[in-house]
Amino acid sequence: MTDLSVKNSTPLLQVEGLHMSFPAGSGIASKKHAVVRAVDNVSFTIEEGKTFGLVGESGCGKTTVGKCILRVYRATGGKIFYMGTDITGLPDKQFNSFRREIQLIFQDPYGSLDPRQSVYSILKEAIVCDGKRHSKEQIRARVNELLGLVELAPAMSGRYPHEMSGGQRQRLGIARALACEPKLVVCDEPVSALDVSIQAQIINLFKELQKKLGLTYLFIAHDLAVVRHIADTIGVMYLGHLVEVMDAEKLYTSPVHPYTRALLSAVPITDYDVERSRRREVLQGEVPSPINAPSGCPFHPRCKYATDVCRQTMPELRDMGDGHFSACHHPCTGAALQQEQTAQG
Amino acid sequence: MEKLLDVRNLRTSFFTSDGEVRAVNDVSFHVGAGEVVAIVGESGCGKSVTQMSVVQLVQSPPGRILGGEVIFEGEDLLKYPRKSRKMMSIRGAKIAMIFQEPMTSLNPVLTVGSQLSEVIRTHTGARRKDAWNSGIKALESVGIPDPERRMKSYPFEMSGGMRQRVMIAIAAACNAKLIIADEPTTALDVTTQAQVMELLLSLVKERGTSLIIVTHNLGLVTRYADRIYVMYAGKIVESGTTRDLLTEPKHPYTAGLLRSVPRLDAQKDVDLVPIKGSPPNLAELDWRCAFLPRCRCALEGTCDKLKQPVLAPAGEREHFAACHLLTEVSEND
Repeated sequence: MTDLSVKNSTPLLQVEGLHMSFPAGSGIASKKHAVVRAVDNVSFTIEEGKTFGLVGESGCGKTTVGKCILRVYRATGGKIFYMGTDITGLPDKQFNSFRREIQLIFQDPYGSLDPRQSVYSILKEAIVCDGKRHSKEQIRARVNELLGLVELAPAMSGRYPHEMSGGQRQRLGIARALACEPKLVVCDEPVSALDVSIQAQIINLFKELQKKLGLTYLFIAHDLAVVRHIADTIGVMYLGHLVEVMDAEKLYTSPVHPYTRALLSAVPITDYDVERSRRREVLQGEVPSPINAPSGCPFHPRCKYATDVCRQTMPELRDMGDGHFSACHHPCTGAALQQEQTAQG
Repeated sequence: MEKLLDVRNLRTSFFTSDGEVRAVNDVSFHVGAGEVVAIVGESGCGKSVTQMSVVQLVQSPPGRILGGEVIFEGEDLLKYPRKSRKMMSIRGAKIAMIFQEPMTSLNPVLTVGSQLSEVIRTHTGARRKDAWNSGIKALESVGIPDPERRMKSYPFEMSGGMRQRVMIAIAAACNAKLIIADEPTTALDVTTQAQVMELLLSLVKERGTSLIIVTHNLGLVTRYADRIYVMYAGKIVESGTTRDLLTEPKHPYTAGLLRSVPRLDAQKDVDLVPIKGSPPNLAELDWRCAFLPRCRCALEGTCDKLKQPVLAPAGEREHFAACHLLTEVSEND
């Protein structure tokens, strides 16, 4: 599926046919060869300075993709190119030079901060990990600079995580990731634990930091509205597969995969007139277990357009033009879309 | 519309080592028969404690209901002690509750069927076998496939959406008049959220059940609620019909919330306008408007000099807001 990357310049990150399987269950009673295909043939690219949003419901494999890129998991198949270098096969020692450039921001800032370390020492740890010599003044200056970047007062440096609010803790988590001067930041549900009024502050902070520092984000979240707001390109995942990739603008206006369409219609819009006049489509059933994933298209048991071909063959991610890719045998375009609308009317 | 539940001037506080925390501070709201009412607010604003006070399930100590009335079907429930026979017969039977995480409301070591039929037996006096059969019907009515077999499942064998359906089945089995759903879909995925909400709505439509949705999710409210109460720092700051409140919010907090949520259909380059700062600590509130430190519209010399504003008419059709800009400023004009 190299057709996803017909670009002249080298993209910052290129994921090609990524696979990640885990052995399912353990012990004598379990089936010996059962595997969970958490990520199955996922390909996408992120250009430098851009944001790629990965959305999907829980268990769809979006976090696993992030963890493969960070090498928390060793991918069981496929390749990950970081600035043109294949980092999947690199020995750990050589990969270490990339670790500083690829950083991570977690969902729960409280769980990812050491409760016994002050803000200063949390940041100091991230600053000195490059192995160079730093004077005390240099560290102090850098800590203040980082706090300034995430709009925390310098006085905060003496605080401990439990003395901070959720929003402040997430800012600290971001500052710690920035301490290593990363190029790529993998953000895994970075705003979903926050209150609405705080969420907007952090989303705006992400956008500002991108402008200031030229960061590239892989933004993993389940909230479509948030991802659409921050991302340039969006990939929708279902049961380990990337089912649709498109420009963020297009997510709302012209999605073609039935799953993307159902997902969209399940998310309410906070505008009374728009919301009350919308067509509501409730997807039946539940996401199947990835251990006994359905044959053919993973979405076919819940899809109202499913036919025999969907039950038998896995659809490839196909180019729909204009950087829009969809893995569906019966995409909702042109005639199909019209038919649906007349059926509704 | 006849009021099924009418809560007047409810006050609940927690007495902690940091002092008195006024979680519910003079809150009044009402729910009509067959009405869907939403209580919206951020974490710690007192929206859940308000509902727990209605059914007297506030943990005590440190919590205590200090005053007010909870009039349900014409009777003040606060006159009855929390462990009285009357409260026991109301909780679960007439007022059912659905919480965010069904795993914590269901007993992990009992089968779904035994929990479901226990509730039916307690509240209707049905015999064991009849209760079991009603349980099967209840599971069927909430769309759980293969209900006979599912009655014998344990909660951990079910998915989150399925467990939430079981909770709704328990509420439906006793024909509750009022269902209080406290963040019923927050732990669920969006497509499951839609399924669960449609199910709750069908109960409202078919049986005339009233529904209180407690949530922080403005989208959910936009889609399903008839009326909305917005809570901030233990008080209701704005109330009105869903249309009025969302199209013409009168309180700066409500307006701020609406501007800070990303919209699926918005222009991509429109920036979000967050509310500055963070919600106040309820133990450290002063005598002024609790939203003052975060308010974009606060008027110097007015908002910082006056006592906490009270709810005042802000438009037609029962639209109320508690903001000085509405009362003081319009008088001066």
